[in-house]
Amino acid sequence: MDLAYHANDLRRELVLMFGRAQGGHFGGALSAAEIIAALYFDVLNIRPKEPEWPDRDRFILSKGHAAPALYAALCTRGFFPRSILEEFEEPGNPLTMHPNMHKVPGVDASTGSMGHGLPLGVGIALAGMLDQRPYRVFVLMGDGETQEGSVWEAVMCASHYRLDRLVAIVDRNRLSCDGEIANIQCQEPYAIRWEAFGWSVREIDGHNADEVAQALHQTPFQPGKPSVLIAHTIKGRGVSFMENQPNFHRANISPEQVEQALAEIAAQREALS
Amino acid sequence: MTEPIAFHLTKDDQYKGLDIPKAMTREAWSVTLAEMAETRPEIVVLSADLLKATLASRFGDRYPQRTFNVGVAEQNLVGTAAGLALAGKIPVIATFSVFLLMRACEQVRTDICYPKLNVKLVGTAAGFSFGLGGATHMTTEDLALARALPNLVVLAPADYHQTVHATRAALAHVGPVFLRVGRSAEPIIYDEESTFEIGKANLLRQGDDLTLIACGASVFESLRAASILSERGLSVRVLDMHTIKPLDEEAVLTAAAETRGILTVEEHSRIGGLGGAVAETLAEAGVATRFRRLGIPGIFATEGNADYLRHTYGLDGEGIAAAAVTLLKRNDV
Repeated sequence: MDLAYHANDLRRELVLMFGRAQGGHFGGALSAAEIIAALYFDVLNIRPKEPEWPDRDRFILSKGHAAPALYAALCTRGFFPRSILEEFEEPGNPLTMHPNMHKVPGVDASTGSMGHGLPLGVGIALAGMLDQRPYRVFVLMGDGETQEGSVWEAVMCASHYRLDRLVAIVDRNRLSCDGEIANIQCQEPYAIRWEAFGWSVREIDGHNADEVAQALHQTPFQPGKPSVLIAHTIKGRGVSFMENQPNFHRANISPEQVEQALAEIAAQREALS
Repeated sequence: MTEPIAFHLTKDDQYKGLDIPKAMTREAWSVTLAEMAETRPEIVVLSADLLKATLASRFGDRYPQRTFNVGVAEQNLVGTAAGLALAGKIPVIATFSVFLLMRACEQVRTDICYPKLNVKLVGTAAGFSFGLGGATHMTTEDLALARALPNLVVLAPADYHQTVHATRAALAHVGPVFLRVGRSAEPIIYDEESTFEIGKANLLRQGDDLTLIACGASVFESLRAASILSERGLSVRVLDMHTIKPLDEEAVLTAAAETRGILTVEEHSRIGGLGGAVAETLAEAGVATRFRRLGIPGIFATEGNADYLRHTYGLDGEGIAAAAVTLLKRNDV
């Protein structure tokens, strides 16, 4: 199936999950739909029946608040049954607001706190280098998240150890909790900052899932360097009243709004065929 | 009555001599790790530009390919170690305790303790051992922080040989362990063959008037205090509480039942460390006894070498002995 369909499916699933929970981190989950679809339905070398397979590609959702998009992808790939998905955030259900590696098969790291994923990725990539394992490590971060100093410590380290099996993906939706990132703390020149730290950089339309997949297949962009894919996205993509709205970083939602969102996502699916 | 375990210094007069052999606990962990490394290829060591100061270099010189210096960047130090553990390694992190548990506290908590990863944290320069460095470098709040972190075993060995045993025990334990070590050379108390079990206090000296419960370098000073007190006719029990968490509550409650009071001794804030742990145990068990926590009284200790600081804050043998006499005079219990 076309990756765009998968991204559309993820959007529907995550709106359903957040809808049942009467709220959630819509913006950053919707902006990451194509990226996660490209990873789980094309790029990642994983075995759903063997989640701990040592040579699997790793994926760290450093922006852990986008978890429902990941849960939907893992469920579709067969890591766990659908009934679990339908009880997102219910007491006792393994699918929580932020992913817990000990509760959810296929989740490679427990995340949620900003700026933690890339250092974890550096460590996993270092282990792969020591053991001469073939796996790659993908870390998805929000652009606001890359304001954390820990990210840049890891950026420095990955470059030093020439971890070219480490791939950072930045969901560059230009919004964070409090509003427009550029007005909060400017990050420009964004790509040049990564380049200056010794990474190979590519920029892309993060809502073209085929292009995202193609770019990720082409990593490392330069041998001997870690790669960063800066995916330009729209926060809240796919739901008109959420797009580019900082208030929908995390928001409560009414049944009527859920209905409207699902209708828009269904219309987008129609348009794909 | 339980027999005390055999340890190196058995005669009171040995405490008075100046010829007691000394060694650095910060060297013991690293040398031990290097010895284990050949048969344990999963062991790797990381530091943040303090390979030499922590003596992680004792491992690093022999296994450079398995040693990572991430530079002056503690958050990434801890996160990278967590990543290595996620991929099956047993990472051992070494840096000054203040940077490990405070600069990178959230990474220790969220990246290591929360997923219960098999990472060993070696915090050096703890207590008064780097008192010359002042408040920026000496660490007197780390036990309180470490105790509060779920899933973390907290060890504070007393001397070189015990640190060797504690390192082996930490590696045998699957899960995160914090190992608190010093900087300066400290008196050797234990024989090489002494016993060590996580969560089981070592009874070093039997007595029924008072119990001193100590950890780290304070164990030696407590033994000195017991020696001083014995000359005054007081029979003092000394417990080496090398494991701060899980605490040997049985040893604490036994001491409370069999002696007339308990004095805890640590090179740490009185808040939240060994003394806090013992106090919580006594209070929750409903035990009323003469009790006092010796430690640093809610301040940043002044600068100075360890001997000077021990004297200043009453944590040398003489100071502990004086506090013990005062405690035993209390009649309000």
